[in-house]
Amino acid sequence: MSPEEMLLEQHRFAREGENDLRPAGDPRSPLLDAEEVPPIRTIVLDRPPTAIALPVRERNPLREATSTTGPERLNVNELSVSYGGKPAVKSVSLSIHQGEVLALIGPSGCGKTTLLRTLNRLTELTPSATRSGEVLLDGEDIHDLPDTVLRTRVAMVFQQPNPFPMSIFDNVAFALREQSRKRPHRRELEPLVIDALKRAGLYEEVRDDLDRPALRLSGGQQQRLCIARAIAPRPEVLLMDEPCSALDPISTGVIERLIGELRRELAVVIVTHNLAQAHRVADRVAFLYLGDLVEYGSTAEVFEAPRAQRTRDYVQGAFG
Amino acid sequence: MSAFTPQYLPGGEPPNSGHGRRSSPWTWRWSDRLVLVCAWTAGIGLCLLSAAIVIYMGVRGIQYLRPGLLFTRPSVSTSQSQSGGFLDPLIGTALLAVIGIALAVPLAVCSAIWVAEYGRPSWLARVVESAIEIVAGTPDIVLALFGLAVFQLGLFAPLSFRAEGGGVFGRSFVAAGAMMSLIALPPLYAATRDGLLAAPAHLREAAFALGKTRIATIRRVLLPSVRSNIATGVTLGISRIVGDTAIVLLLLGETLHIEAQGSVPGLNVLRGTGSTLTTYVYDNSPAGEGAAPQKAYAAAFVLLVFVLCLNVLVDRIGRSHSRATGLALSGGAV
Repeated sequence: MSPEEMLLEQHRFAREGENDLRPAGDPRSPLLDAEEVPPIRTIVLDRPPTAIALPVRERNPLREATSTTGPERLNVNELSVSYGGKPAVKSVSLSIHQGEVLALIGPSGCGKTTLLRTLNRLTELTPSATRSGEVLLDGEDIHDLPDTVLRTRVAMVFQQPNPFPMSIFDNVAFALREQSRKRPHRRELEPLVIDALKRAGLYEEVRDDLDRPALRLSGGQQQRLCIARAIAPRPEVLLMDEPCSALDPISTGVIERLIGELRRELAVVIVTHNLAQAHRVADRVAFLYLGDLVEYGSTAEVFEAPRAQRTRDYVQGAFG
Repeated sequence: MSAFTPQYLPGGEPPNSGHGRRSSPWTWRWSDRLVLVCAWTAGIGLCLLSAAIVIYMGVRGIQYLRPGLLFTRPSVSTSQSQSGGFLDPLIGTALLAVIGIALAVPLAVCSAIWVAEYGRPSWLARVVESAIEIVAGTPDIVLALFGLAVFQLGLFAPLSFRAEGGGVFGRSFVAAGAMMSLIALPPLYAATRDGLLAAPAHLREAAFALGKTRIATIRRVLLPSVRSNIATGVTLGISRIVGDTAIVLLLLGETLHIEAQGSVPGLNVLRGTGSTLTTYVYDNSPAGEGAAPQKAYAAAFVLLVFVLCLNVLVDRIGRSHSRATGLALSGGAV
């Protein structure tokens, strides 16, 4: 059912005054306590439907075409993280599937980035961070994996493009080298580097001179180089921490299309402040507020028929 | 956020593009005026002083410097026309700088890596820091004396030679170079450490997120990015080695010619003795034995030009680095 159709239907039910169309124990919200969350039709009756407030209605056609949910990659179970005793993420449970983009949204300081960085154990670099609960990567606890292995399987792209101060080729090759003990020859690496650059949609722009310093590239190109670098070792999950917030709208568009394509081969988790972006790229959305997972469901559900009052306020722009 | 834009009022005075009216210095406190005058005087005075040194040495040097002096070996003579040039001291200076830097770079870079990237337990890091500060603060003549005591041990006899009767001479290019490396160490260490500390955190994070270990990150990402800091440190270190006299006097033997020891080519020079431009200047100054002030001026001029060139090079490296990478270069402390 397309979002437009859903919207029409909501209006119809609202007029008819049917309050209990969705049962309290809705199977679509297994994580939320049905007692606390008011049934969705009440929300619709209370005030105008949420979806009308959201201006962006365009959907990425590419995503619709390729959206096939694959096997579960990451399973986050009752995960809590705190910094020096101060909780940042409180008992969050999620599952992340291959072929899907999960967007983590929420106001500043709500624990989105902390949750993301816990998925490849980058929070361990902060000495005061403590964690409880478990994260399973293909059924295996990530804390049982060596950190170097985990981070090649769960790759990450940061907010600021951060290429290394070396050539384009070396940036990508660096990710591939040293996995094997012996330093591989450039001739062996070249096809892998070119493949990664192609998948990141950067190859056509840089093919003439792969030995150019990476810092000479534009911001959007640098970010795509960082994506190429992250996906070069063929990870299973790609974490993105506001990958477009430092970029102009055109580069953002390019990266969003790229995310749509990358989703075919990996699971993507993206943190974003930009709700329109979450709406455009994500298949599932998790809304965090003060460390709590308030809402978790498909993009259409969260944006057009949120179950919690806070989510509705947030997606309508009431706070943030 | 937006820049202040002056309002053009119709009929008003055209706005002054410069500064507005300031308070007159005559209304200031006496102490403020005094400090202001001192600041200007000291700055301009130092400029004049360094200009005086360069101009005086330049005039004297150009007056007495003949190209032949650079290519002829010195010889002992009371006549200035017979005492030759300063080829041997020139080679000695270069050789000592190479040995000193070759020993100092690994030592300084490795200790800087440890302090900047590991540095745990923190008391040990503080000890390392103060150890390097002590080395930096020790007068070179004290280092030379210590070096002489060390290299005269029987253990180090192969590095110089045994005099007749079995005593270890303790003076050679290796011995002097080893002590010179301690002179070059502090600036090199400081430049490398500051570079590592200034390396943006996102570089480290990016490498960790690719599944790299800390040491791989240091070797493949951080060290290349502080290459120019190390280069700055090397040039600073060279200029300190080149300018040092005490260690040469005590540890290089201060022989007029490079005297090789032993029969192995190359190694015999390292075990042998020699002199540098600084001791050559000293010996030929009116205070020294040679008493050939004209040669002293010529050699001093060569030395000065060399050190000035190194300083220009340091400056160049710093600028090209910040241009190429956009990373701020924190200059090496001396």
